[in-house]
Amino acid sequence: MNQSAVLADLRERIALIEGACARHPALPFGIEAIDRHLPAGGITTGALHEVAGSPELADDAAATVFLAGILARCEGPVFWCLRWRDLFAPALHLAGLDPDRVIYVEAGSDTNVLIAMEECLRHAGLGGVVGELKKTTLTASRRLQLAAEQSGVPAFVFRRAAPIDDVASGTAALTRWRVTAAPSEQLGIPSLGRPRWQLELERARGGDPQLWTVEACDETGRIGLLPDVAHGPRQAEDRHAA
Amino acid sequence: MIAAVDGAARRLGILPGMTVTRARSLAPEIEVVDADPDGDLEGLRRLALWAGRLYSPVVAPDPPDGIWMDITGCAHLFEGEVPLLKDIMRRIAGSGMACQGAIADTAGCAHAVARFVPSRRPNIVEAGQTRKAMSILPVAALRIEPGVADELRRMGFERIEQLIAAPRAPLAKRFGRQLYKRLDQAMGQIPEPIDPIFPIDMPRVRRGLLEPVGTADAIAQVIGDLSADIAAVMTKSGIGARRLDLHFERVDGHRPAVRVGTAKPTRDVRHMTKLLSQKIETVDPGLGIEAMSLVASLVQPMGATQIGTTLQSDRRGPDLPSIVDTLANRFGARALYRAIPRESAMPEREVGVTPAMSAPATIAWADDLPRPARTIEPPERVDVMAALPDSPPAMFVWRGRRYRITQADGPERLHGEWWREAGHEADTPLAVRDYFQVETEKGGRYWLFRLGDGENPATGPMRWFIHGAFA
Repeated sequence: MNQSAVLADLRERIALIEGACARHPALPFGIEAIDRHLPAGGITTGALHEVAGSPELADDAAATVFLAGILARCEGPVFWCLRWRDLFAPALHLAGLDPDRVIYVEAGSDTNVLIAMEECLRHAGLGGVVGELKKTTLTASRRLQLAAEQSGVPAFVFRRAAPIDDVASGTAALTRWRVTAAPSEQLGIPSLGRPRWQLELERARGGDPQLWTVEACDETGRIGLLPDVAHGPRQAEDRHAA
Repeated sequence: MIAAVDGAARRLGILPGMTVTRARSLAPEIEVVDADPDGDLEGLRRLALWAGRLYSPVVAPDPPDGIWMDITGCAHLFEGEVPLLKDIMRRIAGSGMACQGAIADTAGCAHAVARFVPSRRPNIVEAGQTRKAMSILPVAALRIEPGVADELRRMGFERIEQLIAAPRAPLAKRFGRQLYKRLDQAMGQIPEPIDPIFPIDMPRVRRGLLEPVGTADAIAQVIGDLSADIAAVMTKSGIGARRLDLHFERVDGHRPAVRVGTAKPTRDVRHMTKLLSQKIETVDPGLGIEAMSLVASLVQPMGATQIGTTLQSDRRGPDLPSIVDTLANRFGARALYRAIPRESAMPEREVGVTPAMSAPATIAWADDLPRPARTIEPPERVDVMAALPDSPPAMFVWRGRRYRITQADGPERLHGEWWREAGHEADTPLAVRDYFQVETEKGGRYWLFRLGDGENPATGPMRWFIHGAFA
């Protein structure tokens, strides 16, 4: 048995012990370079994931569309729990997420968003549940992770305006992503090319932190990879910070 | 004898209690309609039922000219007590009736303030301010016989505070217990529950309890039984409930109630039980509850449904109505919505809001127009530097930060909606907005627009605004 097979076997056993990602299917990005770094080969359904932008509004907007792209490829209705109403629905439509599938819950506060998310996650068959929060705690994320595991619905905590150098608090989420805008290709004409993002996998249970530069979602919610600027694994100290 | 007059007659000096002959001598052209106390009472009842449908399950007519409502636990659905009362008064005024309203801790205090503080606006007596509010009102505000009030006034009692200060025994002896009962009720020293009326013809079930209950488990048990009872009633008549009112009869005479709504008609026992059980914590059982009744106060026809067979596959869609109802009863129905496309030239009105369970939209947003993921509403002013007046901006300053622009796309010209009233600065009927999608050196994309076409000043002052951020 070669080394990688041994490692894969060990990972699988650990995952079984942790009781995560074994029973629920995963939703791949369709990009080998990204999917192979994710524990289940994609965004695991039936688990909690964290997504953040940055205090820059454009980065939060990028994270929004990143989420919409993932949800566009799920099946079933989506609950999007908001603290305040600044989400512009046509952008979700442009990322391939049918507006008829999305039900917004304007909960008003972090606590209420968490209550609403947990309630939604009790029901199987949803496409996904998103909660926009300012802050979350380890306990809250554990509750959401448990609820998601029970129902098999993917849950996303979207931390709004999360500072980049945020000393990351503990979380029970399976993966944590940060999406920030990156300069797009100079076309040389007065027009704009496809937007680009810096996609950072800050934390993945059973995986290493990663950093990619990707092209933003197309109209079916798929992101594209730029092969020449793809980065390798991040430094070890980054991992400890994350 | 004149029983009631309208505002116009009052201005002519005609008052209730005059004889018709006297009134005619003041204004010969007046129109006299026979008084119809029974009709008035019936009208009041209908008004109370209307208020019960819209605002709160606990309503009762308060003859001859008022209605009571217990709005405990209902105000949050209207974003507060003041908006709720404003909404009631606006609707009643809209139907051509004059009305005054008040909210207070006790029924007696609300009754007094609504009648004796003349105002077209809602009067709110803050919690704990009952004594202060009552003491400045005249004694007649106490719901006592007019004769008693007159006599009190002759004895020098003008205001209620004098009555509170005076020794009780002599006055009680002279005027009977009624006077102090009313005073204590208004002050909240003895309870005065509202005895609610129910719409007739609505499915209603009641369970009396052998022993008063007070624990959440016991109440949940009764809720389950009542739900089963009412489901049976509704199945027989082929209807489903859109709204359920659960009334509690407490040992001490209080009648608290809770209300839940559903997005689609239902008679599913489990669903109804779950919705109602979530409200248990909002009800104070006091010394115990001796009976509970459940009313389906809003119903809709609902055909027979086939219940699941073993042949059905296990894979079923999620129980959306159940989630939507649970969340709507917690956060208010307005907090749950879907976004639908609307025909509008202005981006801020392109998105409409529709109830979560309504039919899918029939039109769609354009696929080819860039639209931001996050908007800034209303658009904020930014300072912009551009090489030439007509070229895309090279830099902008927003909230004190400079953003250098590397690339831009635009303009997309949008014209104001001349058929609308003017809104904020950038939303005038004749406004012209030239939208640019700009990319900063870090890659962030923002949506800027210039207000005005540069030729006609009515289209705008050529100022720049930021309206959102793209992915």
